Amino acid sequence: MGAKKSQKERIIKPKFSMQLMWKQRYLLLMSVPFVVWLIIFKYIPLWGWTMAFQDVRPKTMAQPIWQRPFVGFQNFLKAFDDRMFGQTLINTIGLSILGIAFGTIMAILFALMLNEICFVRFKKITQTISYLPHFVSWVVIASIAKMVLNDGGMLDTALHTKLGLMSTNSPIFWFTVVLINIWKEVGWDAIVYLSAMAGIDQGLYEAAKVDGANRLQRIWHITLPGIKPTIIVLLIMGIGGALNIGMERQMLLSNGIVQDHAMVLSWFAYVRGIGNSNYGLGTAIGMFQSLVGILLLFIANKIAGLLGESRLI
Amino acid sequence: MAKVKSHRIKSRDNILDYILLVVFIFLIIITIYPFLNVLAISFNDPIDTMRNINFVIPRKFTWSNYVYVFKENNLMKAFVLSVARTVAGAGIGVICTAMIAYVLSRKDFYFNKVFTVLFVITMYVSGGLIPEYLLLMRTLKMGNNFLVYIIPGLVWVYNIILVRSFIEGLPLALQEAARVDGANDFTIWARIVLPLCKPVLATVGLFMAVGQWNSFMDTYLYAKELPTLQYVLYEIMEKATVKIDPHAAEQIKNAVSPLSVRMAVTIVATVPILIVYPFLQKYFVGGMTVGAVKD
Repeated sequence: MGAKKSQKERIIKPKFSMQLMWKQRYLLLMSVPFVVWLIIFKYIPLWGWTMAFQDVRPKTMAQPIWQRPFVGFQNFLKAFDDRMFGQTLINTIGLSILGIAFGTIMAILFALMLNEICFVRFKKITQTISYLPHFVSWVVIASIAKMVLNDGGMLDTALHTKLGLMSTNSPIFWFTVVLINIWKEVGWDAIVYLSAMAGIDQGLYEAAKVDGANRLQRIWHITLPGIKPTIIVLLIMGIGGALNIGMERQMLLSNGIVQDHAMVLSWFAYVRGIGNSNYGLGTAIGMFQSLVGILLLFIANKIAGLLGESRLI
Repeated sequence: MAKVKSHRIKSRDNILDYILLVVFIFLIIITIYPFLNVLAISFNDPIDTMRNINFVIPRKFTWSNYVYVFKENNLMKAFVLSVARTVAGAGIGVICTAMIAYVLSRKDFYFNKVFTVLFVITMYVSGGLIPEYLLLMRTLKMGNNFLVYIIPGLVWVYNIILVRSFIEGLPLALQEAARVDGANDFTIWARIVLPLCKPVLATVGLFMAVGQWNSFMDTYLYAKELPTLQYVLYEIMEKATVKIDPHAAEQIKNAVSPLSVRMAVTIVATVPILIVYPFLQKYFVGGMTVGAVKD
C-alpha cells in the first residue's frame, strides 16, 4: 500500500517535449507499432460504417469513398423491409431471452449445488469435468450434438421415439440450441457465482444456524442475496449483448431445414453482405445490431439503477 | 471456495448431501458420456458402427478409422496448420500482450492515457463483420495467407488489462533498482517484468492457444485453402457422406462409415485440448476471477 501511495505522488503529468520523447523512446518503440495495428484492424473497420450509407457493391468497391453513390438511410430501410428481417430479429431476441433466462438459472443452480455439497474430493472432480466442454470448439460440439440429437441419433434410439430436436423448423430449435449451450457452458459460467459465494461472510451462516435456519433457508436468505450484485451485473451484460449472437454456433448447429429459426442478425448481415455481395446492406445490418446493443446496455443499466441495484457503468 | 460446513443440526440436512451426490453423478455422466461414445465409435469397427452396434467399449478395436482419415482426408496438413497457428498465434500474442501491458502500466509514459482509451474503446464497439471482411480480403489481400490467422487477432484487449493489473501489483522498487543500475525501459521489461509475469502470461497464453486451436470462422471466411482441423471436421459434417467408390470390392470391404470418419476427426480435433487441460485448470480459474473482480 505504501508503495502505491508514493507512486501516486511521483506521477505529475510531464509536459510534451522532444527531450521527453527521447527519454521515453523505448516505451514509444514498444507501443506505437501496436497502436498502428489497432488503428488498421479495429478503427478502419469502424470507419467502414460509412458504407452503411452508400450503395457499395463489388463493382463500386474500387472507387474512392467520396465517389460512391450516397443513399442516406436506404440500406437500413431495405434491411427492415427484407422478408427475412422480422423472423431474424424474433429469432435473435427469442434465443437471447431463453439463453439468458435458462443459462443464468442453471449456472446459479449448479453453483449453489457445488457450494452445498460436502464431499470435497467429489466436488473438485465434478467441477473439473463441468469445465471440459467449454474448452471444446463449436465444430466439435456440433459434431457430437448431431450424433446425439439428430433424427435417429443416440437419444432417439435410447428413447425409441422421434424427437426431431435438430430438424423441427419451429421455436423448438431455439430450445435445442439453448440446451446445447447450457451443456457446454454451465460449469464455466458457475465459476463467477462460486467466487461470489466464497466472498460471503461465513459468520452469517453460523448466526443463521444458531437461529435454527435449515439449509434451504440459509441458501434463500444468505447465499442468494449475497450473490445478487453479481447476478445483476451479469444480467446487464447479458442484455447488452442480447443481439450479438454469433453466427458460428447458429451455422454449425443448424441445417437447411431449420434455417428459418436459426438465422440471427450477425449471420443475416453475412448472408446479405457477402453472400449477396451487397456490402452497404450488410454493414447497415451490422451497425443496427451494434447500436441497438449499446442502447440495450444503457437501458438495462438504467433500470438496475432505478430499482436500487448496483450498476455496471 | 466456501468452507465445508462441518456441523449439522438436523439429520434431514444430511439427506440433501446424498440427493446432491446422485444429481452430480448424473451430471457427470451426461457430460462425459457423449465424449466417451465419440471415442468408442472412432475405435469401433466401421461395419459395426454402420449396423448401429455402439458400445462404450468397442466390440472390435481398430485403428483403421484413424489410418483412413490421415490418409484420405489430408488430415496431416490440417493438423500441422492447426498446431502452427496455435503455437505461433499464442506465442507471438503473449509477448505482444506483455509488451503493451507493460507500457500501459507506466503511468509516467506521456501517451499512457490516450493509448489506454484507444485500446479499451475497441472492447465495446467494433466495425462488424462486413467492414472487417473487406479490409482483410480486399484492401490488405490477406485471403488464404497464413498471416490472417495471426495478425488480425494479435492481442485481445481483455488480456492486456488482465496483465496490466498484474504488473501494477508488482513492487515498483524492482523497476527502480534496475533503472538506477542503468537499465533502459526495454531491458527492464525483458529482464525484470517479463519473468515476474509468468503466472499471468501462462493464463493468457493458454486462453489464446485454446482460442487459436478452436478457431473456425476465420478459416471459413478468409482462408478456405488453409484448412485447419476444425474446418476439415466442418467439411466432413457438411458432406455427411464420404466418397467411397462403390464399384471397388476391396474398398467396400474396407469401407469406413461416415460416422466413423467424423468421430475419428472429432477426436483428433479435441484431444490436444484435453491433453493441456490439466495444466490449464491450475491457471484459468485464477484468471477468470481476477477479471471478475477488477474494473
